[in-house]
Amino acid sequence: MNLSKILKNGFLILVACLVLTACATQQKKTTGQLQGDVYTGTDSVEYLASGVPDRVFFATNETVLTTASRETLRKQAAWLRKNSDITVVLEGHADERGTREYNLALGERRANSAKDYLMTYGISSDRVSVLSYGKERPVDSGSNPLAWSKNRRSVTVKAN
Amino acid sequence: MLLRYLFLLLVLLPFKAFALIEVDITRGNLSPLPVAISPLSMDEDSKKNFKKILKKENLGSEISAIVENNLKQSGLFNPLNKDAFLQKPDIANLKPRFEDWNLIKAQALVTGKVTFVDEKLRVEFRLWDVLAGKEMMALAFTTVPSNWRRVGHIITDKVYERLTGEKGYFDTRIIYVSEKGPKTNRIKKLAIMDQDGFNNKFLTLGNELVLTPRFSPTNQMVTYLSYFRNLPRVYLLDIETGMQEVVGDFPGMTFAPRFSPDGKKIIMSFAENGNSDIYTMDLENRIVERITDHPSIDTSPSFSPDGKQITFNSDRSKFQQIYIMDSNGKNVKRISFGNGLYGTPVWSPRGDLIAFTKLHKGKFYIGVMRTDGTGERLLTENFYQEAPSWSPNGRVLIFYRETKTNSKGEGFSAKLWSIDLTGYNEKMVETETDASDPSWSSLLSN
Repeated sequence: MNLSKILKNGFLILVACLVLTACATQQKKTTGQLQGDVYTGTDSVEYLASGVPDRVFFATNETVLTTASRETLRKQAAWLRKNSDITVVLEGHADERGTREYNLALGERRANSAKDYLMTYGISSDRVSVLSYGKERPVDSGSNPLAWSKNRRSVTVKAN
Repeated sequence: MLLRYLFLLLVLLPFKAFALIEVDITRGNLSPLPVAISPLSMDEDSKKNFKKILKKENLGSEISAIVENNLKQSGLFNPLNKDAFLQKPDIANLKPRFEDWNLIKAQALVTGKVTFVDEKLRVEFRLWDVLAGKEMMALAFTTVPSNWRRVGHIITDKVYERLTGEKGYFDTRIIYVSEKGPKTNRIKKLAIMDQDGFNNKFLTLGNELVLTPRFSPTNQMVTYLSYFRNLPRVYLLDIETGMQEVVGDFPGMTFAPRFSPDGKKIIMSFAENGNSDIYTMDLENRIVERITDHPSIDTSPSFSPDGKQITFNSDRSKFQQIYIMDSNGKNVKRISFGNGLYGTPVWSPRGDLIAFTKLHKGKFYIGVMRTDGTGERLLTENFYQEAPSWSPNGRVLIFYRETKTNSKGEGFSAKLWSIDLTGYNEKMVETETDASDPSWSSLLSN
């Protein structure tokens, strides 16, 4: 194999890489109500108070909070600080694309991600309990990526 | 209840048959063995009595129909059409005319007799090798009449064992979760049925969410997850008395319970502060022992049949994979290395295989691998299926499968399915309602 052939092959690989990266980047972009595969829409969201959304969403198999989730939780923390008699349950959920028991653990971990964040914003752990439903209580029963993204969530529910 | 059943098992004739016919069970159902199940004969007096007690016109025929159905469902046998039988049941039981049975290509023949004796049901049956013209087995037993379906299952177990060389799995029950209602607010109840779908019974009312029931090897007890008072905890349920109790006093969620092989311990996950680890609890002295201690999710534990090892799934490598370890939590070793995610490992009762669920490229598979992770075999692929449970002889897996829901919320169903270890004979297990999370009991009688 001569040098020009090697270079030519190398070039092809490089082009292929660029095309693939481009595709990968495109998937990360916002497509309708999804960013990556995290739900960014509002139609299943309810409000604890005006301007305080009750839920945050997660990527597949992930438990880390997105920038948008952290913003939502800061609003929840501010609202909880103002209403110091209110206690909440954080209900953690998973989508239907995982085994039942692992999803119970995943839901618990998601709700705790949200709880930890509320605590760093001054909410006492006594006021926040956690309940995982795994994949048992979807909000959207559809079997499609958008429905699954709505179901991967932690919902803050007033307990009193 | 089980103890109340009186089984008098007596061998009519000592047998020393030569294994002239045998079923090759390593190859699946490529050529199921043709068998003739002659209806169990009855005298007029017995017929009248059973009709009065059980409202069954012909109990003998009903029992042989159970045997026939069991053998057919196994995929290893081909029960022949009764219309082709030339010999009458009562005569055949005394002395089969082997040429007649040979003519319809039967290789094995089951005959028998049902009688009403002292308010009890007495059954005798014989298994014949048609080609050799020999009796292979003859057994009789007596029980309460209401046990008649179990009689059919026990006969099947004996015939199956004699012809395959392995214990049967027919006198067993399945515990599962019965499902109803919209997917967003499913009503779930514990239910139990015979292995062939009969005698279905609900064990909880559906007031709270219940998941993942599992049989104890002793059969009287079940462990499961209940959301009673919105506190997801592992419970014990005595099927016979209906008594329920919570297992252990944990501050957070306990889930994914299973019994140890001796039935004396529960192994389960405990989740707190976003971390799930594996624990055992001794049911006698209530001592809780921590088995794993890792920041990852460790769940779905299952003991090896000798109790010396545990398999479980963990995402300590970032994604859900299958591991094994010693029963004290030492020597943790990852065994799944194929493409995709692996979960719900269950150790075979024979000890040599681990059944699992695999997720790869948006498809779910039920498969088996050896306990060192080699020899992975995928048995079935579908949109969604998980949670295999072994038949007590390690021959068949039962699991549940869910169908896709369209954007209008239609099309969803959850059903139980079974498949032979070879990947053959996949079939739906009929249930009254939608169903999930099946768990197979051990043999009720031996």
